[in-house]
Amino acid sequence: MADGGSVTNALLQVDDLNGWYGESHVLHGMSFVVGEGELVTLLGRNGAGKTTTLRGVMGILGQRRGSVRFAGAELIDQPSNVIAKAGIAYCPEERGIFASLNVEENLMLPPIVRPGGMTVEEIYAIFPNLAERRRSQGTRLSGGEQQMLAIARILRTGARLLLLDEPTEGLAPVIVQQIGALISTLKEKGFTILLVEQNFHFAATLADRFYVVEHGRVIDTIAAADLAASGPKLREYLGV
Amino acid sequence: MFGIPIQALFGQLLLGLINGAFYAMLSLGLAVIFGLLGIANFTHGALYMMGAFCAWFLLNLFGIGYWPSLILAPIIVGLFGILLERVFLRWIRNIDHLYGLMLTLGLAQIIEGVFRDQYGSSGKPYAIPAELTGGYNLGFMFLPTYRAWVIVLSMIVCFGTWFLIERTKLGAYLRAATENPVLVQAFGINVPRLVTLTYGFGVALAALAGVMAAPIYQVSPLMGTNILIVVIAVVVIGGMGSILGSIITGFSLGLIEGLTKVFWPEASSTVIFVIMAIVLLVKPSGLFGRAS
Ligand SMILES: Nc1ncnc2c1ncn2[C@@H]1O[C@H](COP(=O)(O)OP(=O)(O)OP(=O)(O)O)[C@@H](O)[C@H]1O
Ligand SMILES: [Mg+2]
Repeated sequence: MADGGSVTNALLQVDDLNGWYGESHVLHGMSFVVGEGELVTLLGRNGAGKTTTLRGVMGILGQRRGSVRFAGAELIDQPSNVIAKAGIAYCPEERGIFASLNVEENLMLPPIVRPGGMTVEEIYAIFPNLAERRRSQGTRLSGGEQQMLAIARILRTGARLLLLDEPTEGLAPVIVQQIGALISTLKEKGFTILLVEQNFHFAATLADRFYVVEHGRVIDTIAAADLAASGPKLREYLGV
Repeated sequence: MFGIPIQALFGQLLLGLINGAFYAMLSLGLAVIFGLLGIANFTHGALYMMGAFCAWFLLNLFGIGYWPSLILAPIIVGLFGILLERVFLRWIRNIDHLYGLMLTLGLAQIIEGVFRDQYGSSGKPYAIPAELTGGYNLGFMFLPTYRAWVIVLSMIVCFGTWFLIERTKLGAYLRAATENPVLVQAFGINVPRLVTLTYGFGVALAALAGVMAAPIYQVSPLMGTNILIVVIAVVVIGGMGSILGSIITGFSLGLIEGLTKVFWPEASSTVIFVIMAIVLLVKPSGLFGRAS
């Protein structure tokens, strides 16, 4: 089975990752690779294990085994704060905006892990809504604004790899477009992105490569160039 | 007024305000600890007592007076708190909060037992520092300097703590970690260390209150138990985990207790618990608590 071994400059290399929630074994040997500057998407049905994979990379699963190598360093035994400091930033599916912090405090919360992140001015230029509402309580923002805040706050840190879990979930089409434009901009700026997406049409325009996840493992890999030819196969995988 | 001499009224209000100052400082520490650790820290009273004893030791063994003790005792007892967190509390973080309650209650009993065994249960006097003896005649009442100092200092400490938590970056980490420690750690913050420091800080606040209390009440192994029960009621009334709630509730309940002493002395020791019962029935999350 292809695991994207063709990537020469791997930034993130996940091998045989197993993960558990308490007793229940959810990841059964996930293997994939994300090259420097690439945008890679995990596709799969509900409950396939996409979110769990991101949690496994980030080190916030109860128990995990296997190998997660980032920029050459093995991170499988590290706590999540060390993984973050290594240069991986996480935007969770549930967004995780803090109610007891205002918008600006939410934005400034993640510490800088290395130089080269975006400045607050750059971020406010991209997200003028956030600048306007910087004193509002974080959870008083609309769903779309909260999603933007969740993405915005990890752009400051200088992390090279962004883990984005369903950034378009539940958002209006116009906001989905804005987020799509934002993600392409981020890619142009050189960020490496691992994206989880249910909205296949959204992902199709952005990603360099797709991994299809089922029952906690990768069952297929599709390069962007082969996308058109893989339509029927994908529809079957995803049940759409 | 109501046939009560004005001197007596203001005298009791002052006593109430002093008690309130201690309720506020202690419930503040409890609230901060409860927020982040999810533990109702029943060791708090014993640590307050240790603060007072620490000042007493510093004075009687090393000749170190009140002013240095105000800094040293919170540091020493705070370090002891950090030890407690590392050795005991850390291991029960992820299980039912009831275990934390039982463990801290047990630790309090052990600490108080040791002190009672060594020093008996009678109180030891601790002199008011020379600079703060005497008082002011305000016309309607006499205000002892030391008591004025305690009220002012406790208000400064409460405001400072509120500011630290609500208005600084460190406070933002604390608030965020109170909501979602897993995500905060995944942003690169060492949450276990934040938890330890927070516990140490809450304990240091209790110890500081103990030093401030030493010249007013006596230094005795049981001083913590007596006040802790009231302070727990204050925290319940204010709302578990609410910073501003504990400060305001602490001072207010001290005053209410003082007023009750004037108008219905027999009820003064129960009035706080009556209020607690009513609040629990009407607004179980506390006056300032977020319902969750
Ligand atoms: N906290 C949890 N405790 C126990 N089991 C969980 C937990 N979270 C997820 N699971 C289980 O793990 C499996 C994978 O879930 P995961 O959230 O990774 O799926 P997903 O691919 O992200 O799905 P979706 O597209 O719906 O977000 C599912 O069977 C789910 O029921
Ligand atoms: Mg998911």
